[in-house]
Amino acid sequence: MIRLENVSKTFTLHNQNSAVIQVMQGASFTVTAGECVALTGNSGAGKSTLMRMIYGNYLAASGAIWIGDTDVAKAQPREIIALRRETLGYVSQFLRVVPRVATVDVVAEPLLMTGTPFETAHAKARDLLTRLNIPQTLWDLSPMTFSGGEQQRVNIARGFVRDYPALLLDEPTASLDATNRETVLTLIEEAKTRGTAIVGIFHDHPARERVADREIDVSQFSPKQVA
Amino acid sequence: MTNPLFSVRDVAKYYGGRIGCADVSFDLYPGEVMGIVGESGSGKSTLLNCLAGHLTPDAGQILFDTRTGGVRDTREMSEPERRMLSRTDWAFVHQHARDGLRMSVSAGGNVGERLMAVGARRYDTIRAQAIDWLGRVEIDESRIDDRPTAFSGGMQQRLQIARNLVTGPRLVFMDEPTGGLDVSVQARLLDLLRSLVREMGLSAIIVTHDLAVVRLLADRLMVMKSGYVVEAGLTDQVLDDPQHAYTQLLVSSVLQV
Repeated sequence: MIRLENVSKTFTLHNQNSAVIQVMQGASFTVTAGECVALTGNSGAGKSTLMRMIYGNYLAASGAIWIGDTDVAKAQPREIIALRRETLGYVSQFLRVVPRVATVDVVAEPLLMTGTPFETAHAKARDLLTRLNIPQTLWDLSPMTFSGGEQQRVNIARGFVRDYPALLLDEPTASLDATNRETVLTLIEEAKTRGTAIVGIFHDHPARERVADREIDVSQFSPKQVA
Repeated sequence: MTNPLFSVRDVAKYYGGRIGCADVSFDLYPGEVMGIVGESGSGKSTLLNCLAGHLTPDAGQILFDTRTGGVRDTREMSEPERRMLSRTDWAFVHQHARDGLRMSVSAGGNVGERLMAVGARRYDTIRAQAIDWLGRVEIDESRIDDRPTAFSGGMQQRLQIARNLVTGPRLVFMDEPTGGLDVSVQARLLDLLRSLVREMGLSAIIVTHDLAVVRLLADRLMVMKSGYVVEAGLTDQVLDDPQHAYTQLLVSSVLQV
């Protein structure tokens, strides 16, 4: 479902003497349907960079990133938008929403975008918010004023509201208490059973042990330092 | 595969020896929202006015997939054809609502006028549609007979949007639609624009200098400097991983709140 071939990444900092930083080369791996792969490596090894490249948020310098039959590294903006709408979900660490929009609408939006009827979409959104222990009194408020943990759970609800064939998870259990962590891990297991291919970053060791089928140490893709 | 709704090829506009904009080409597909950003003087408003037919470009093609006549170069249309297009399939939302509204005519009249321009004649249906649209842009029905001069800036801007969208256009040009409004009003307008774009399947081209606005509204982005497009791509990719020196400077200059 997800296949990386020889992906590399450079950052060119034009306003800092045009410094070129090579951060990744030769990244290749495959994630099949129903499989969860955990990216590991020290802070700064490039886990988030790699995940952002898979999502199309960062531009790969070379190589191919296949999600189904779309190569994210070369796709047109509208192809990536269609891919994100239909196929590729992403739970980031930060919630980014339009001010003033109610939490339940934020969660239901990915379903509404793909033509799910309003009532069905909202029922699914309410169900997920309940499972993630967001008090019903907050559903009609904008999540911008919520606590960090609540925002993270709204983000997770939004990411799991649709059954994406491929899913990226950036620290989904960070800043969650034991009960909610358990719910999130169950959601991940359910997605795997449905056949979702998952790439995740988990600093939470026991969580990684439980849901990940395989680990990929990203530091192996670091360019060899020339002394 | 669907065809582009709007195709722009090598459009250029010169002011004497100075470049307004040059070498601009892109395709816009149905339902796509494109942002154009750049500092003042970068040519973004010149470009928008060329695209919308307010200025005559010195070179290039501006192709629109019309409802009845297939793909047409809008530069080669007759003046009546272009006028018809600009009040049916096209809409233009000005930065200053006063430029897009008739200030001496009531709110309902402002909305109804565009309907009459495309042939609506029954007073009761025109008024009913005007009421419906005022509701959609969150203006109370009781204000229908007030003139826009009695409205706040945010209300004027929402009225301008209602006036523009009532005829069900397929392509909307917006010039700094949230400029000059205070932030709480901006947020409300952004939410409104986003839901209208989604419900009506509109294509839109939005010129702004506000990067936060394009992040929320635009699927893709063009960055302009000195009349040229220096970078284009998916909105979040251009903002989070800018490739061109100017875009990097632009993104890193934004104040964090």
